[in-house]
This record gives sequence, C-alpha cells and structure tokens, in this order.
Amino acid sequence: MTRSSSLDRRKSFQSIILTLQQYWADQGCVILQPYDMEVGAGTFHPATTLRSLGPDDVWNAAYVQPSRRPSDGRFGDNPNRLQHYYQFQVIMKPSPANSQDLYLGSLKAIGLDPMDHDIRFVEDDWESPTLGAAGLGWEVWCDGMEVSQFTYFQQVGGIDCDPVPVELTYGLERLVMFIQGVDNVYDLDWDGVPKDQGGKVYGDIFHGAEVDYSHHNFDRANTEMLFQHFMDAEKECASLLDAHHPLPLPAYDQCMKASHIFNLLDARGVISVAERQGYIGRVRALAKGCCEAWVAQGQDQGQGNSDQEDHPNG
Amino acid sequence: MAELFLEVFGEEIPARMQVAAEQRMVESLSKALKDAGLGGDAPRSWSGPRRIAVSIQGLATSQPDLNEERRGPRADAPEQAIAGFLKGAGISRDQAEVRSTPKGDFLFAVINKKGQSASEVIPPLISSLLAQFAWPKSMRWGRGKQRWVRPLHRVNVIFDGQPLAGSLSLGDQDEIAFGATSFGHRMLSPSDIPLNTGDAYEAALSAHYVMADRHKRVEHITAAMREMTAAEDRMVKDDQGLMAEVAGLVEYPHPVMGTIHQDFMSLPQEILVVSMRSHQKYFAVLEKDGQLAPRFITIANMTPDAERDAIIRAGNERVLSARLADARFFWDQDRSQPLEEALPRLQGITFFEGLGTMGDKAERMAKLAGIIAEKIGADADKAKRAALLAKADLVSETVGEFPELQGIIGGYLAALHETPEIAAAITDHYRPEGPQDQVPQDLLTVAVALADKIDTLTGFFGIGELPTGSKDPFALRRAALGVLRLIAQNNLDLSLNDIFAEAAKGYGFSQASDELMPFLHDRLKVWLRDQGIRHDVVAAVVRMNDSRHDRLVHLISLAQTLADVLASEDGQGLMAGYRRASNILNAEEKKDKCTYEGDVDQGLLKTDAEQSLFDETLALAAHDLQSTDDMVAQIKRLGQLRGPIDVFFEKTTVNDDDAAIRGNRLNILAKIRGLMESLADFAAIEG
Repeated sequence: MTRSSSLDRRKSFQSIILTLQQYWADQGCVILQPYDMEVGAGTFHPATTLRSLGPDDVWNAAYVQPSRRPSDGRFGDNPNRLQHYYQFQVIMKPSPANSQDLYLGSLKAIGLDPMDHDIRFVEDDWESPTLGAAGLGWEVWCDGMEVSQFTYFQQVGGIDCDPVPVELTYGLERLVMFIQGVDNVYDLDWDGVPKDQGGKVYGDIFHGAEVDYSHHNFDRANTEMLFQHFMDAEKECASLLDAHHPLPLPAYDQCMKASHIFNLLDARGVISVAERQGYIGRVRALAKGCCEAWVAQGQDQGQGNSDQEDHPNG
Repeated sequence: MAELFLEVFGEEIPARMQVAAEQRMVESLSKALKDAGLGGDAPRSWSGPRRIAVSIQGLATSQPDLNEERRGPRADAPEQAIAGFLKGAGISRDQAEVRSTPKGDFLFAVINKKGQSASEVIPPLISSLLAQFAWPKSMRWGRGKQRWVRPLHRVNVIFDGQPLAGSLSLGDQDEIAFGATSFGHRMLSPSDIPLNTGDAYEAALSAHYVMADRHKRVEHITAAMREMTAAEDRMVKDDQGLMAEVAGLVEYPHPVMGTIHQDFMSLPQEILVVSMRSHQKYFAVLEKDGQLAPRFITIANMTPDAERDAIIRAGNERVLSARLADARFFWDQDRSQPLEEALPRLQGITFFEGLGTMGDKAERMAKLAGIIAEKIGADADKAKRAALLAKADLVSETVGEFPELQGIIGGYLAALHETPEIAAAITDHYRPEGPQDQVPQDLLTVAVALADKIDTLTGFFGIGELPTGSKDPFALRRAALGVLRLIAQNNLDLSLNDIFAEAAKGYGFSQASDELMPFLHDRLKVWLRDQGIRHDVVAAVVRMNDSRHDRLVHLISLAQTLADVLASEDGQGLMAGYRRASNILNAEEKKDKCTYEGDVDQGLLKTDAEQSLFDETLALAAHDLQSTDDMVAQIKRLGQLRGPIDVFFEKTTVNDDDAAIRGNRLNILAKIRGLMESLADFAAIEG
C-alpha cells in the first residue's frame, strides 16, 4: 500500500490500542502493561493464567501482550505471518452477563459498527495443552474475518475455574489490517503520521526484526544451550515450588521460560514428533504446579485482597 | 385443553448441536408432561443460534384426581410387610382400614388424591428438565454452577396464555426467573418481544428480524442463492451439510455473493472449495458445465442493504484472498518436489501404537496391493507403485492444512510425475468412504483401496482393537463395509482368508485374527438386508461353513438365488416339504437314537411316489457343486423337488409297519435334507 496521508488517525495501529485500553478502562478493567518475558500468547500473562484462579473474587484486566511464535517466522516475506505479533487481551472474572454486548461495544469504539458489518459468533472451543487450560466459546467473525477469540475459561492448570472468567483476545495485526483495508501487515500505518513527516508503518518498525529473528529461530539459536536452559528452568521451577515455602509467581516465570524455549527448539526442528508430546506434558506439569501453589497461597491468605499486607511479596 | 409454550434464549449455540437439542427438548418435555398426567398433543418446535422453543397443545389444566383402593397384607402380617405396604401407598398406619374378608382381616389403603393444577406442576418440571438437560459439551459461566452449552439468559414459560412463575437455579443464590419476554435480532432489533402462544411465535419474532423456523431459513437461503446465481447463468454447488450448518449460524439469513480473485482460479478446484467451505462456510458456485465459477456466497446475518452488502462482500473477498494465498503457498511448496520424495517423512508419522509408522503401512500396502492386483487382473507393478505413494500426501503442506483433501492432493501431485492410472488410483483409494459413496471400478484403484482397508482391519484386529457397541474409533466397520462393497460391486471372486493371511504376514503376525471373517460376515448380513434380502435367508447362507464362505460374491449369489427361489410358489412348497421331512427325521432319529444317512435300497421302493421322489433326488445329487455357479443352479433346481415331495407325503406313510421299508423311506428323506443343507442352512429359514 502506498501510504495515504489522509488516513484517519483513529485507525492507526497505536490508536486502536489506545482506544481499546480506554474502552476497557471505562468498563472498570485494570489496564496492565505487557508481561516482561517472552510468551506465546496473551493468555500466558499471569494476569490471565494465575488470576483466573483464586484468590480474587473479582478480577477485570486488559493489556497488550507481545506474543512470540518462533516457527511462524517467514523472514519478513509473508504478508500475514509473523513470529512476533501483538494481542490485546481482556480478562473478566466472573464473566459478566453482558459479556457479548461489552465486546461488541469495543468493536464499535474502534470503528467497526456492528450495524455496518456482518458479525457472527462461530463455535470455537479453546484448549492450551501447555497450560492445562480449556474453555468454550467462539471465534468472532466480522465480514468473514476472524477478529477475536471469545472464551469462557473452564479450567486453568488443570483446576476448575470458579467463578468463571471470560477471555477476549484480539489479534491486533489482523484486526487493524481489516480496519485499515490493508493486505500486507508490513503496510499497516502504525502512528497515523504522514511519511513525509517521519511517520512509520509496521514494516519500518518490525521488518528487520522479522528477518533477523527468523534466522535466529530456524538456524542460529544454540540448541545445546536451549536444551540446557529448558532443564534449568524446569529444575528452578520445581525448586521454587518447594513445599515449605512455595513462590508461585517466580516459579511461573520459569514455566513461561520453559514454554518459550520449547517453542524455539521446535522451530529449530530438533524435537521429533514423538518427543513433542513429552515436552508439552513437562511444561503442563510446571503450569499445573504453579497454579496449584498460587491457589494454595490464596487460600492461606483468605479470600480477597483485604489482607494484602500479609503477602510475602506485597 | 391448554397450550404450554417454552422458549430458552441465550448466547450462540454451536450450529451442529441445535437440531439434536431441539429434538431432546421436545422429547423430554412431552414425556415429563405425559408422566405428570397432563397429556398433550404432538409438539411443535423451533431452534436457531440463540433459542430453542417448544409448543405443546391439548394439555389438561390439572392432573386427574387419583381415587384408588389397594389391598395390603393381613392385619397380623409381620411388621416389615405392613411397613412396606404403607410406604408404597404413602399412608400412615392410622389411615389404613382393616376389613374383614372371607380369608381373614386385611389392611386396605384408600387413596384419594386431588390432582394438582397444571400451573403448579409445570414450573418445577421445567426447572428439573433444564437442570438435567444434556449437551454434547457444556460449560459454567459467571458465578453459576448450572451447566449449559453457552450462557443461558432467559427461560420463557407460558401456559394457557399466562406466564408461569418459577425459576431455574444457577447455584450460588443466583437464578433465572421464568418470564414471557423474548429478544430480537442481536443487531437489527435488540429489544424485548412479549410472547404469547406458539401460534403467534413466528410472527412475533419475524417482526424483530428473527426467522424462527429452520426450514424457512433454509428455503429462504436456497431461493435467494438460486436467484442470484441464475442471474449469471450459474448454479449453486449443492452442499446440504453446509446448508444445515449455515442455517444454524443466522437468525436473518441474507446471501451475499462475492468474487474469487482470478489469480487463484488455477488452483485445484477441491482446494478452492474446501478453503471456502471449511474455514469460511461459503457456498461454491458452478458454471453450467459443472466447472467451478469464480464466485462464492456467504450467508450474512443482516437485512439486505446495498451499502452494507458492498462492505460485507469486500471484507469477505479480502479474507478469502488471504486464505487462498496461504493455500497457494502450500500447494506451490508441495508441487515443487515429486511425491516420492515425501516417502521418507512418512516414517515420522505413527499409524497406530503397535502398528508401526505410516511409512510401514505404505510398504505393507504396496505388497498387498500387488498380490490383490494379480488375483483380480490388474497390473501388479502399477498397483504396488500406487499403493506405495497413496499415503505420501499426508506429509504435504496442503493436506496438513486441509486433512479432508487426503488422496485428492496425492492424486494431483502424482499426476505430475506418475502415470495417469496411478494418479487416479491414489485419488480414489480411500473410497468408498461411506455407505452412500461411489465405489471405484477401475481395478487398479480397487486393488489399492482393498489393500488399504484390509491392512487396517488386519492390523487393528491383530492387536485386539475391535469395535465395541457404538464405539468404533478407527472406523473399522466403515473399512469392512468398504471391502465388501468393493468386492460385491466389482464382482471379485476373492478368497478373503488368503488375503488376510498375506496382510497378517506384513505385520509379522503368525496369522490373521479369527474374528475378521465373522466381522465381514456381519457387515454382509446388514448389507444384504439393506438390499431387501430377508434376514433369515442371509443367515441361512452366511451360517454355512463351506470352503467358499470367505468369498463374499459367492455368499451374495447364493443369498440372492435362495431369496428368489423362496419367493416363488414352488419355493414355498419346497420349504413346507423340507420342514415336514426334517420334522419327521428329527422325531424318528430321536426315537431311534440314530442318524439316518444310509443308502437307499432301490429294491425296497414300493410306491410310485417314493420311486419318483428318489429318482428326482438322485438326479439332483448327480450335479457337480464345485463352483458358485453350480450351487446357484442347484438352488434353482431345488424347486423340482416340490412336486414329488408333495405327492410322496400325500401317498406314502413313512412309518410303515415293515421296519426295513420305514428305514428306507427315512433314508430318502435324509437324502433330501442332505441335498438341501449342502447349499444353505434351511433350518434357519423362518416360516
């Protein structure tokens, strides 16, 4: 796409993020920042994974999460696939009765008025074998384009969610491509500033990274070191979950680390089909351990946040 | 008489579950009302993405009064017996009457129970029906404990024109109170709709852009699509499965037609169709000559509106182009190397735990296909080649994306480097995939298709993974039916035991499972019954344990011939004669504690009747019974026995006073029995 200086600034990538943040802040969500580790999806952020389980009786949060899927790298050549992309994530516990209406309100806020389009909720149940998590819901279609995942979590870390949270995940690149009417992700207008004034498109910011990281993910990452790191993370996680004084949050960092390292090893092609399930099972065991410790810690402190002073990390 | 109207309304129900849920709702509600003594006429029902509704008319407004008298045990019966009686009758000891009877003093319960009004009975009945309603997959939401397919928002209950008070508990002190107010189309009319009767339901929803009736939605979609394609002199590619799904995705269906970008029209048509169908739920459009037209139709859930339609069309076209760009990328990757080069990667895919890899399967299939090809007159080398390559597309990018294109993609890829016959055999080797699917007729394809299915059956039976009850996770019944149809419709005189043995060798099993042949026979019985052949005739033929019982065409020919013969008048008479003969034989053999199987002494033949029966028997016994044709001819000839048998029984007494004559006559009957039972188990034929 040749850059149009007349692009409505409200349709720029960053404006969509700002609008979504404002919208969900207005709905009473805690607006968080991305978690500072490599993760495969917004769901991994402890604000979703752990907070879907106790101790908060109510937990509403929204945030952008940069997400990495090493094997989706295409050296910057594919107009739709990236090894690093952004998700906008909303988690509301318990799921409000008007969840769908709230969601549709967010589409309207970013310029997708449901009256001008064909919006559909199409069955799509979600499962994350690495997190031991599962839920029922839909993918949301706008004129045939999947713009979000809408999931009522039933289980996380193998533990039943009670109350049940609803998770909304917007794939930002795809959504904004749709809004801007752009066919190539690298042509997305990031800031709404005309090029002659130094404005940036997605490719200006990320194309080089996509090329370099594709080389890294597929060819260069040191697999021997990664295998070692995987085992270290696994070991560290177990040690932090030590029964006498478990530290679920730091332990969960190690779980996320292990998960990302597994994804890198997978992209490097050094994990056979037969071994794959084994690794996924090992990460799931870590996630499960962290979730169980998190729930136990919450129970020790009683329900709610009233006695946060007692929190060892608080 | 009154009407009950029930509507449950909530968030989008998966399309595939709606019809079955509607059915279950109708059945469980009707049954509950009948059990409650309220009766009810045939129900009407509706279902769609957000609602299921049922109307039942002809209900009583109250339960019938119960007036009943029950006699219990004697007044001096043991305490336990009396307690049991009182509990059953629902009364206390004081309420029981003691009455004198000629047999002594007995306890009596007189139960006079006033029937409750329907409006008291129905609400708890609906609550419990909903609380226990089973979905294929269900979930909790919010703080609730109640499970439903997706969050449930409203339960509307109207009896005799009046809303009924009641509620569905969601647990944790939360509940859905029954109401009488539905809700319109999510976008087009998000407002309350007062409900009244089932008769008025469709009109009430229709005013709020909801087509309640599924059939009307289907009709509307069909007609609108026909109109828009006819205008371009094209037609919609028929797809009832997709239609059923789409009718469950929209409340106000409105087809919008778009264009497939011409860059993608060079892709194999199956890739285009499946990309549109599986991901996007688009209908495909055909030119008059059956070729795929550069069009697709999406069914929007909005009213027609030129401006909005243009946006919807453009959005869907963009999505489809992105999808097809992906598909083309995969297809170009796959085309860049010969199919053969994918073979080593088949070693990385497990066929099944204990049955090796897909690479192993390909090699076994190749060997088996060669053997089968030789037996049925196909080119063995080509069969081996086709079978070896048949599974190679499983590691292709395109099949990875669209698993339902397995075989088809292999065929396209093979066409680039192999002969056309081999490509065709690969394309169709999964067929027939269901009872309605076409059966391949090209013998090369048949050899590969049989090798695939027989290898699978032999393998799973070999490790004891047999289907049980309704569970058949590896679709072995379908595979067996496929084998049967391939053999039957191509009239292949194959010894299956020989082929099973070869297949077992491929796995390194010492022999094929004993349960394989009976499993095939079971499929044969079902299949013949579906062809209109009586089950007892099928049983009579299949039960035979002759050396050709593993040749399915042999059994089919015999069954068909026998069915024809038995349907004739001679056949009926013959059966009567057979039954009479075998009844006498059974009785006399039991009496004499022996089996009659001796030679007939011609010198002892006293009457013309027994002479001519014996001559006829002798003539029949002289025929060769080596081949299927011989046996078929023999079954047809059996009718000739009918006349002599009738005359024999009319003119001759079997149990003659002279023991030698009696024995001789029993031996004649035994000859007839033996003659007939060498062809089929006539004892299994029902009268």
